[in-house]
Amino acid sequence: MSDSTATGHAVAAEPHHEHPPYQRHHFETVDQQFDATNFAMWLFLLTEVMFFGGLFTAYLILRNWYYPAFVEGSHQLSIFWGTANTAVLITSSFTMAMGVWCAETRRKSALLLCLGLTFFLGLIFLGIKSIEYHEKWVKHHVPGFHYSEQSFVNPSTDPEVYKEYHDAPLAVDMANKTELYFFLYFAMTGMHALHMIIGIGILGFMIMRAKAGAYTTGHVTFVENFGLYWHFVDIIWIFLYPLLYLISRHT
Amino acid sequence: MNNEEKEVEHHHIVSPRIYVAIGCALLILTATTAAVSYIDLGVFNAVVALAIAVFKAMLVVLFFMHIKYSTKLTKLTVISGVFIFLGLISMTMADYMSRAWGRW
Repeated sequence: MSDSTATGHAVAAEPHHEHPPYQRHHFETVDQQFDATNFAMWLFLLTEVMFFGGLFTAYLILRNWYYPAFVEGSHQLSIFWGTANTAVLITSSFTMAMGVWCAETRRKSALLLCLGLTFFLGLIFLGIKSIEYHEKWVKHHVPGFHYSEQSFVNPSTDPEVYKEYHDAPLAVDMANKTELYFFLYFAMTGMHALHMIIGIGILGFMIMRAKAGAYTTGHVTFVENFGLYWHFVDIIWIFLYPLLYLISRHT
Repeated sequence: MNNEEKEVEHHHIVSPRIYVAIGCALLILTATTAAVSYIDLGVFNAVVALAIAVFKAMLVVLFFMHIKYSTKLTKLTVISGVFIFLGLISMTMADYMSRAWGRW
């Protein structure tokens, strides 16, 4: 008791260290606080790398084993929508990066614009993804109970894809493996989409807070770290796009 | 710009010019990787596609995620993460490729 009183007096006696209200007391400087939270965010992202890494490893092994099935499975994806979505996501990463800059330079309305654009582009990405998912559903290419190998055992029954790639019919045991391709397709793009949905939710929260002026007072940690998350999700897609869409597109 | 840098002390602010340049580079590389996939390069199709993807990811990490301007601790964290990821993949592949029941 007497100890704490003494400490209290000692602190009071010293000239109070000037620091911004958002600096926690256990940090020496704002910079130290920024570096610590930045480090923590990167550690979280590394766990995400390991998580997606398992899926990528499964993909690598199965693609090597069942390459013909992966080629014809990949031909079912729309290169137009895939490329468009890549462009949408990269643009949203750009607007997010600009959002960080707006927060750092305390431009409130520009920050709101950047966050709003990122939010909007994220929704467009999910919209395009749902068009693609719907097509897979209609063609019975969603793995599970209703899965159909028709397009792979007898490619000419799928004229849209056939006229473009003239795929040779697969033997039934190889055609069965296209289901593995689509399983990985849905697992990987689905987990990616889940990350997008979470990100869009957080963006909505940030837009509300930014309207109240939360991130334009010099405290940019939250925007910066959310930016890291959003760019990470972008990087996952940068790898998913060539791996899922661009397998042997030449004929 | 000088004033703004002082406000946040040593925290580096990446200029919008760099963001625009990186954004454009990423879009051009996306178009490139899509175009290259239509050319028959044999096994090198996958190599080129992955090389472009790795390069794009590096641009994002270095500039959008500010690793080029970050502390040594953060740089080391990212590098060790990539290293462990590649290590785990190669060990898994070595295992699968040396088993009798694999398809190699």
